[in-house]
Order: sequence, then C-alpha cells, then structure tokens
Amino acid sequence: MLDIRNLSARVEGNDILRQLTLSIRPGEVHAIMGPNGAGKSTLGNVLAGRPGYEVTGGEVLFQGKDLLAMEIEERAREGVFLAFQYPVEIPGVSNMEFLKAAVDARRRHRGESELSSFDFMKLARDAAKRVSLDQAFLKRGVNEGFSGGEKKRNEIMQMMLLEPSLCILDETDSGLDIDALQVVAAGVNAMRDGQRSFIVVTHYQRLLDYIVPDHVHVLAVGRIARSGGKELALELEAKGYSWLEDEGV
Amino acid sequence: MSEQVESLIRKDYSAGFHTQIESDTLRPGLDEEVIRFISAKKEEPQWLLEWRLKAFRAWQEMEEPTWAHVSYPLVDFQALSYYSAPRSMANKPKSLDEVDPELLATYAKLGIPLHEQEALAGVAVDAVFDSVSVVTTYRAKLEEAGVIFCPISEAVHRFPELVKKYLGSVVPQKDNFYAALNSAVFSDGSFVYIPKGVRCPMELSTYFRINEVKTGQFERTLIVADEGSHVSYLEGCTAPMRDENQLHAAVVELVALDDAQIKYSTVQNWYPGDKEGKGGIYNFVTKRGVCHRNARISWTQVETGSAITWKYPSCILKGDNSVGEFYSVALTNNLQQADTGTKMIHLGKNTRSTIVAKGISAGRSQSAYRGLVRINAGAEGARNYTQCDSLLIGDRCGAHTFPYIESRNASAVIEHEATTSKVSDDQLFLCQQRGLDAEKAVSMIVNGFCREVFKELPMEFAVEAGKLLEVSLEGSVG
Repeated sequence: MLDIRNLSARVEGNDILRQLTLSIRPGEVHAIMGPNGAGKSTLGNVLAGRPGYEVTGGEVLFQGKDLLAMEIEERAREGVFLAFQYPVEIPGVSNMEFLKAAVDARRRHRGESELSSFDFMKLARDAAKRVSLDQAFLKRGVNEGFSGGEKKRNEIMQMMLLEPSLCILDETDSGLDIDALQVVAAGVNAMRDGQRSFIVVTHYQRLLDYIVPDHVHVLAVGRIARSGGKELALELEAKGYSWLEDEGV
Repeated sequence: MSEQVESLIRKDYSAGFHTQIESDTLRPGLDEEVIRFISAKKEEPQWLLEWRLKAFRAWQEMEEPTWAHVSYPLVDFQALSYYSAPRSMANKPKSLDEVDPELLATYAKLGIPLHEQEALAGVAVDAVFDSVSVVTTYRAKLEEAGVIFCPISEAVHRFPELVKKYLGSVVPQKDNFYAALNSAVFSDGSFVYIPKGVRCPMELSTYFRINEVKTGQFERTLIVADEGSHVSYLEGCTAPMRDENQLHAAVVELVALDDAQIKYSTVQNWYPGDKEGKGGIYNFVTKRGVCHRNARISWTQVETGSAITWKYPSCILKGDNSVGEFYSVALTNNLQQADTGTKMIHLGKNTRSTIVAKGISAGRSQSAYRGLVRINAGAEGARNYTQCDSLLIGDRCGAHTFPYIESRNASAVIEHEATTSKVSDDQLFLCQQRGLDAEKAVSMIVNGFCREVFKELPMEFAVEAGKLLEVSLEGSVG
C-alpha cells in the first residue's frame, strides 16, 4: 500500500523528518507515537502534500505510484485521506455542497459517473448517522461554529464518504471527550475491511484501546526509534518517552 | 499568501467584443449646443430642454468629487462624445423584424436573446445600445396588466405628466457632479410605471451595452411603483475591451408610493481594464429610491466590472414603517478600484434598514465600503443593521470600510458589524486534500462568502452571478 523510503523533510528551514522508512501493507493499522516535535504531524502533512513542507530526500510509493510527484488533489483522488488535527471553517459553503463536490471529484477520477443529488443525500445522511451528527450539520457551513468534537466527527464522516485507501488520522483524539472518542473509533473500526490501511498519529495510548493497531512506531527526532506491537503503546504509557533518550536514540 | 493564490488572478473578459455597425456619433465636446442637439434629436418638449440646460449650468459650476478612495487621472469631459446611435435606428423600427440583425446578434452573443420566444421565460428586456434603446420585449403582455415599460425617450412623449412629475424628484439635477452631468446629457434608459395594486407579472430587465469608441453612456432610469404595487427589476451591463477609459454616469430614481415594493438588482460587468490596469469603464452612478408609507425598496448588486466604481444605491425612508435594504457583492481584481456602499436616510417613524455588503479583493485591487446611516430627529423607533465583510485573496490587495453613522433620535437602534478575512492556505489545503482543484476551491469559498447576498437575487440571476464570480477569479490560484 505505502512504502516510505529514507524520507527527509523540512519545515521553515528546520529538518523535521530524517530518513524515515516505513512500510504499510493493505489492511494494516499503524500507530505513530512520540514526543512533541518528533515529526508525527509532519509525516501526515508531507504525505498529503501540504504547502510549506519541503521534501529534501527519499521517496514514497503509494500503490506502486510516486506519491511525491502528485498534486495535492491528485493524491486525494488516488485515495489518500488526511483527517485534520485542527479542521478549518469555510463559512457559507454547506457541508453538503462541499462533500458532494469532493465525492464527485473522486468518482470522476475513478471513471465513475457523478452521483445524483438524491443518491448523495442518502449516503450523506447515513454517514452522518454513523458518526452521531444531526442531519442539520449537513446544511451548515463546513465546520462553521462546530464544537471541537463535532469537527472531528465531521472529518470521520468525510472519510466514510470518500472511501480512501489510506487514512491518516492526525491526532484525531486531541480534545475529544470519551463519548466522542468512542464514536470516532467506532467509525474507523467500521471502515477496517482488510484492504484499507490506516496511519493513526496520537499522543496517547487511550485511543489505541479503541482502535487496536497492528503496529506501533515511536518517532523521535525525525525517524522511527522503535517499532513493536500494540504492547509497545502500553509500555510508552507507563514509561513516557524519556527512556528513549536514555537509550541514546 | 502564496504565489498559489496570486496566480489565480488572471481573467478573460468574454463580453469584450466590438460590433461593426454604422453609428451616428456626435462630435466630441460639451456645450449648450450639444444639449440642444440631443434634445432636438429626441424631439423633446420645451420643458425638458429647459430642465437639461438648468442641469448643465449647474454642472459647469461644480467640481469633480475627489473624496472617494480611488485614484485616476481627471476625465477630460470635452474629449468625449455625448451621443451615439446605431444608424439603423434613425428611422425607429416598429417591430423586432425591422431591427438591424447585427444588433440582435450582439445581444444574442451576450446571452440576451431579444426574440420573445427565445427569451428567458418571464423576463421582459429593454436593450440599450450606446445612447438609444434598441428594443423592448413583451410590451404587449405588460400593457395588458397596465404596466408601462419603455425607453424613457418614448415615455417623455407618451406619458409626459408622469415623467414631468417624477423625473428629478429623487435625484435632483444639482445633486452631485455626475448626476448634474447626466441630467444635462442623458440619452436613454428605461421608464417603468406599475399602477396601483398591480403585481408586475414578470421580471423587468434592462441591458446596457456601450459599443462606440470614445463615447460616454448616460442613461437615466425612472421606476415608479404606485400604491400597493410590486415590481422586480434587473439591470445588466457590458462593454467592449478598449485601451482607453470610457465613462458611464447613470442616474436611477425609484419611487415607491405607499405600500409599494421595488426590488432592484444589478449585475454589473463593465469592462474592468486589462491586467496592467489599461482601459476599462469609469462607473460613476447615482442610484436612489424614496420609500413612502409602508413601502420597501431593496437594492441588490453584484459588481465585478469597471476600472473605477463610484456608486452608492440609497434609500430615503420618508414614510412611516418603510423599509430599505442593500445587499452588495463587489469583486475587484487586477488593478480595479471600487468605492461603493449605500446611504439609508431615516425620516419616518419605525423605519428599518438592512445593509449587507461583501467586498472581495484580489490581485492589486482596492475595494472600499462607504456607507451612511442617518436617523433624523423625527424617526422614532428607527432601526438599522449593517454588516460589512471583506475577503482578501492574496496579499497585494486592500479592503477598506468607511461607515458614517449619524443619529438624532435617541430611540434609534443601530448595529454595525464588520469583518475582514482571507482565503487562507488552510482552507485551500482542506479543499484540495478532499480532491477539489484550487480554482474550484477558491470559487467555492468566495461563493460561500457571498451566499447571503446571492439569495436575494432572482433565481436565474443568482446562478449567473455565481458563474460571473468564477470567471472573474479565473487564474487567481494555480
């Protein structure tokens, strides 16, 4: 699904990722953990192509294609989805209009016809229900006046509608209460189908109680310092990150 | 903000063609002789000639205003021609079949078919080409309802008492420099009269086209809605692309008698000049309406064209319980400059006004909102709500807000809200990450910003307005 080889990247002149290598197979869930400033969010942003994140070395193959050569929207249409840590508001543009345009762009890219408004409405209503968002949110401006939890649920709803192959969740759990966390996790788990892959970036083990990862990676100073199974997350929870430094990584 | 957004700012002007047609164009220059010529050409009654001359003498004493937040070289009023008409209009055609096919083709190319069977269902059109009205559609149908919709030059002859009573009653000849000029030399425009209690059966629309080189367009529109009547009126404007600047100084007067309602919508797309700011229309327009008891006047404008815009559609809320509304989207790109807004003058008791002004600036353009809310001493219980929002695209443009609030009555409630925002990199990235290309993303964000105004436009035109914004922003991201 995704092959990251020796990826180095820079933000505002600072080297953040340093020769990071990571391989993800279809259907796998990888959790990325690590202290602040380790480059966790940078990884997601570089993969999605965010302006301001400069790749200085390495390569990324996504389903066999050169991901870094693609435009932002092309990556999205190919199936890369980034759930934002801080989703922005787009006042006056209804969630529905925005989502339909996004879904249509993805469908056109796959050579499928655009959905009729009626069919799209049905899908959108169903997705809203699955993340416990009231139908009224579909008509409101994108994230306009949404609470933190509503924004995150809106992100998961978008993910459901766009049916990406690779989902990157950037600290989706930050600022969520336990109920919202469960709703988000249930949404993600429902999308695990043995084919779709996930990168779950998080600070806390808590999320991983609900979204159980196949692999856990600890990021430190721009590269993977340690990899393991889900038990690694528990170890981190108990010991913190400082022992990584003690071990000289 | 990024080169990304910067490069979105390129635009092609699709209405910029010139029609090859023989015209009778008056020699350049302005003096009493020119005014007598225009008046004679239209076989006007003596009173109207006197009225024009009075305006002209007043104009000579006045100075071009310079207080607006725009800069341009002063206009040489003696270098312009004040009258131009397609030669084929000299013997006025009696029906559409007699109208020069070149003229009809021009309007068809602009998307305004004048054959009634092809026209937008339910919209009657008056087409004004340079200084004359070419054709007015659906007149028979309107006359059945008692609605008068005709060129003002014709109304002078057919309905002299109405014209004499209301012409200049809202915008007097000496009102301001451009209004005085217009009063002296106005050539044509539309006249509308809706009789008592009549709801106009269709949308009325005037389409203004400047074609001839080095001419000014000075149209005059007068709409009178008698007691309890309703009318919705729309104007559209385009001009060819030319290197020199052209002057457009119109006057629009609205009279809403007791319980009447007038909805006046404008989609203005005059040629804005090229990317370097060469050419384009100078749009200096005076628009004002007076509301009698319980009447309502609603101005909605979408302004994307002109090199310079100087325009303040206003309401005088004279009658008790009358309502004035102003909904505006002004988009400037490249080197365009706009100074636009409104005046709400509250005279009657319990008068209410609403102002929603949205300015969008891209490229190196400058856009200013200038609005006056005045509550006079007698306007017990008056209310105003003003909302001014500016959206910046890129970092070389400017947005300015100049609100003037004068209240002489302690019972008045006046609210003013203003915001300035940018199309942010984060918004663009969100859209693109969901698979939208950058241009689609910007047009979606801008349309969202304008939503409150677009919903006030008649349905067909709301769609047009959305498309127009899209074209006007073409190339501003990429």
